[in-house]
Amino acid sequence: MKTADVTKKVGKGGLGAEIRSLLASNIRDYAMYVALVIIFIVFTIATDRLFISPRNLVNLVNQTGYVAVLAIGMTLILIIRHIDLSVGFVAGFLGAVAAILLMRGWNVWLVIPVVLLCGIAVGVYQGLLVTRIKVPAFVTTLAGMFIFRGLLSWVTAGTGTIIVRDRTFLQLSNGYIPDLPWGQNVNFHLLTLLLGIAMVGIFILGQFKQRQDLKRYNFPTTSPVIFVGKLVFFSAVILAVTWIMASYRGLPWTAVIVAIVLLIYNFILNKTRLGRHIYAIGGNPEAAELSGIKVRNVTFLVFASMGLMSALAGILYTSRLASATPTAGLGFELDAIASSYIGGVSVGGGVGRVTNTIVGALVIMSLTNGMNLLGVDISFQYVVKGIIFVLAVAFDVITRSKAKV
Amino acid sequence: MSDYILEMRAITKEFPGVKALDNVSFQVRRGEIHCLVGENGAGKSTLMKVLSGVYPFGTFEGSILINGQPQQFRHVSDSEKQGIAIIYQELALFPELPIYENLFVGHEIMKGRIIDWKETKARAKGVLERVGLDLDPSMKIKDLGVGQRQLVEIAKALSRDAQILILDEPTAALNEDDSENLLNLLQELKGQGVTCILISHKLKEIVAVADTITVLRDGRVVTSLNARERKVTEQEIIKHMVGREIENIYPKRENVQIGDVLFEIKNWTVVDRTRNREILHNVNMQVRKGEIVGVAGLMGSGRTELALSIFGNVPGYQITSGELYLNGKQVQFRHPADAIKSGVAYVTEDRKLNGLVLIQDVKFNISLPALEKLVEGLVVNEHEEITMAEDYRRSFDIRTPSVKAKVGNLSGGNQQKASLAKWLFAEPSLLIMDEPTRGIDVGAKYEIYTLMNRLVAQGMSIIMISSELLEILGMSDRIYIMSEGTITGELDAQEATEEKIMAMATKTTEGVRE
Ligand SMILES: Nc1ncnc2c1ncn2[C@@H]1O[C@H](COP(=O)(O)OP(=O)(O)OP(=O)(O)O)[C@@H](O)[C@H]1O
Ligand SMILES: [Mg+2]
Repeated sequence: MKTADVTKKVGKGGLGAEIRSLLASNIRDYAMYVALVIIFIVFTIATDRLFISPRNLVNLVNQTGYVAVLAIGMTLILIIRHIDLSVGFVAGFLGAVAAILLMRGWNVWLVIPVVLLCGIAVGVYQGLLVTRIKVPAFVTTLAGMFIFRGLLSWVTAGTGTIIVRDRTFLQLSNGYIPDLPWGQNVNFHLLTLLLGIAMVGIFILGQFKQRQDLKRYNFPTTSPVIFVGKLVFFSAVILAVTWIMASYRGLPWTAVIVAIVLLIYNFILNKTRLGRHIYAIGGNPEAAELSGIKVRNVTFLVFASMGLMSALAGILYTSRLASATPTAGLGFELDAIASSYIGGVSVGGGVGRVTNTIVGALVIMSLTNGMNLLGVDISFQYVVKGIIFVLAVAFDVITRSKAKV
Repeated sequence: MSDYILEMRAITKEFPGVKALDNVSFQVRRGEIHCLVGENGAGKSTLMKVLSGVYPFGTFEGSILINGQPQQFRHVSDSEKQGIAIIYQELALFPELPIYENLFVGHEIMKGRIIDWKETKARAKGVLERVGLDLDPSMKIKDLGVGQRQLVEIAKALSRDAQILILDEPTAALNEDDSENLLNLLQELKGQGVTCILISHKLKEIVAVADTITVLRDGRVVTSLNARERKVTEQEIIKHMVGREIENIYPKRENVQIGDVLFEIKNWTVVDRTRNREILHNVNMQVRKGEIVGVAGLMGSGRTELALSIFGNVPGYQITSGELYLNGKQVQFRHPADAIKSGVAYVTEDRKLNGLVLIQDVKFNISLPALEKLVEGLVVNEHEEITMAEDYRRSFDIRTPSVKAKVGNLSGGNQQKASLAKWLFAEPSLLIMDEPTRGIDVGAKYEIYTLMNRLVAQGMSIIMISSELLEILGMSDRIYIMSEGTITGELDAQEATEEKIMAMATKTTEGVRE
């Protein structure tokens, strides 16, 4: 009952106790980072450092791109207690649509918005079914999975794999940002390095501001040692990644696209009214409705956004492969859902952050990438991913039921 | 055997930032009714969760002895084996299953490897009789009233040979008749040797049934009163609970100023589309500015449905006729959002089910219905949000380590204060309160009543739905009485008495048609 006890306890327990309590309350987040580090170490050793070569890391980023955007959309869906199983083949189908339009000679700057609009249309269709007719999302999107799988085979039936040759389009998932004119004189990518340094600066400033705010309202803060430790660690990681990219060919366009999507979604979820409404609906839909939130409209919007992200994923994937294939999109939904859960979305809804989802996507795609490097058979890869998926959810369920006590 | 069937010694239980129990010792004699009282957040529920193994051995300090034997419960099932049964305020029955399945779930009666349904039903009938329920065991739980469900819970405990029955605010959701029924049953069970621990905020009941009364305050035992030796008064309990005396728990209002009609419904008729029957019939009601209008009635008389249909949330309901006027202008609310925009707020009956987002923090919940007040451009201003929430925390005395604590971790009464704060932040001109003091301690009740008086003095109007007659009588300027979906009477505060209200609440008039 006594609030004063909090500060006393923190003061008295010392660093060890604080670390323990941090560990206890953030076990989920830490588990995810630990998993990522283990995956990196294991694959680095197993592939004789091929895994962390700049070339492969850039590869990893490009591969993660389409899963990351799907997972961001999926995070919102899962937060509001729905699911979307159709995203894989929606992405596959819309990727094929993009390829076909390009093949027909459409301008790439027309193709991209058109395909994105198609994605929204798909989301609108599924959103209407779920919110107006009240077909459960599971059924709606399972049906969607079949429909778009069918449509994908149908549009690629005549041609088989459709090759994409448009250079701009291919840049999306294979190209790098241009350098500054002064970058010619040095043997690394100057703009990338500057962006990395700027990011570190923004990160540190942001953290300081956050900490000041906490202090201002007398909310508990971490001790200075841990705070600085965290700053140093994350800055080092950002700088290391930046350096690797800068010494290779610079920042991939995919990373830029994902970063923009991430920033927008993170902003919406954490700063805006819509974001609050999404969390409220996930936490307690009845209470949300009675608080004046139009649950139907928000749900509809979230499905529309999922459609948009599916289209973007389709574009990135088609660009990545430089072609549209009849089986594109197979199993993406699993990657996206697993990324979200690994990133800490709660199975019960109402909890989840897109920033963590991105790390979840990195976990899943590092696994894929590493296993590919090792030449692991694709069927075995499915087994591994399935197991990881179930483990992540089981871990979530267990840690959350513990946290209640 | 030891004199005490149960002893808890020096129990200390901490949550991050809160010491919920501080060196609590608690002894219960065999075969007594032991009442546990205390303010919201005093630690009553926590103590019982420690006892029943919800918080397993090792997560708290101190020891538990049953019949003098030390116990280490790692799980609720361990305490069940020792004859402890706990009945939570949130009932844990399966609404879609029949009574007999609910009674024996987890303890199925087996014939070899299959469940013996015949025996199950027969035994179910027997236990139901023991709690005075004359019902067909194959009825589904969802078709029972709240009072009956409560009894089924007790029957379930008895079917497991419970020696110690713990009831956490069992009568909070019951009307007077059902409450009395339940208390009589407890006394009967006492005659059969069952020990009972009862948590309640209804002091009238406590003084009526208790053998011993233990008072908790701020996680400590203040005193343990023996009510068999002498009569303990409500006043005395209150003094121990809140540490000061409260003379009149219904504070008088000074210079009542009642203005023009603010709100009116005419011929309000609502149909439940799923069951295709009328749930409200031709309801007419008026509320003036600065007025507290009480709505009395029995459970299921349509009071919550009335509130919900006014508030624009009518899932499955259809308003077939009727007009709604605010400030003389006819309006229609298609969604709670419309109602909120027009200055109507509705504090729900069940804060956990549909009042609060339990997994979110206090400030999130308070700001939810009127977020736009905090939005600048696109962004929710978190500084303003925190300042605002801190204001409410202080002025309502919401006991929480900070406004960033999860609402689900607050005690029941503090959750109620948070849900009230949430609606006041929306600055309504008409506040509909559905059972506003359910599960709230006397001190907090007094605070909420004072607050209501302050609000109406500022010109707000309040519709207060309540099953507590004393509260209705103590707070209202005018009282509507409902029965079977119609208004069966209207009384001025001066002329109203408990008898008159009860007579009208049980009247069956033309009623709602099937
Ligand atoms: N899981 C939890 N995590 C953190 N704090 C908790 C948790 N459960 C209870 N508390 C805190 O412990 C204290 C005691 O709560 P408890 O629920 O036992 O009160 P109570 O006496 O039952 O009150 P009420 O009459 O309102 O139900 C409160 O301050 C509450 O906020
Ligand atoms: Mg309680």
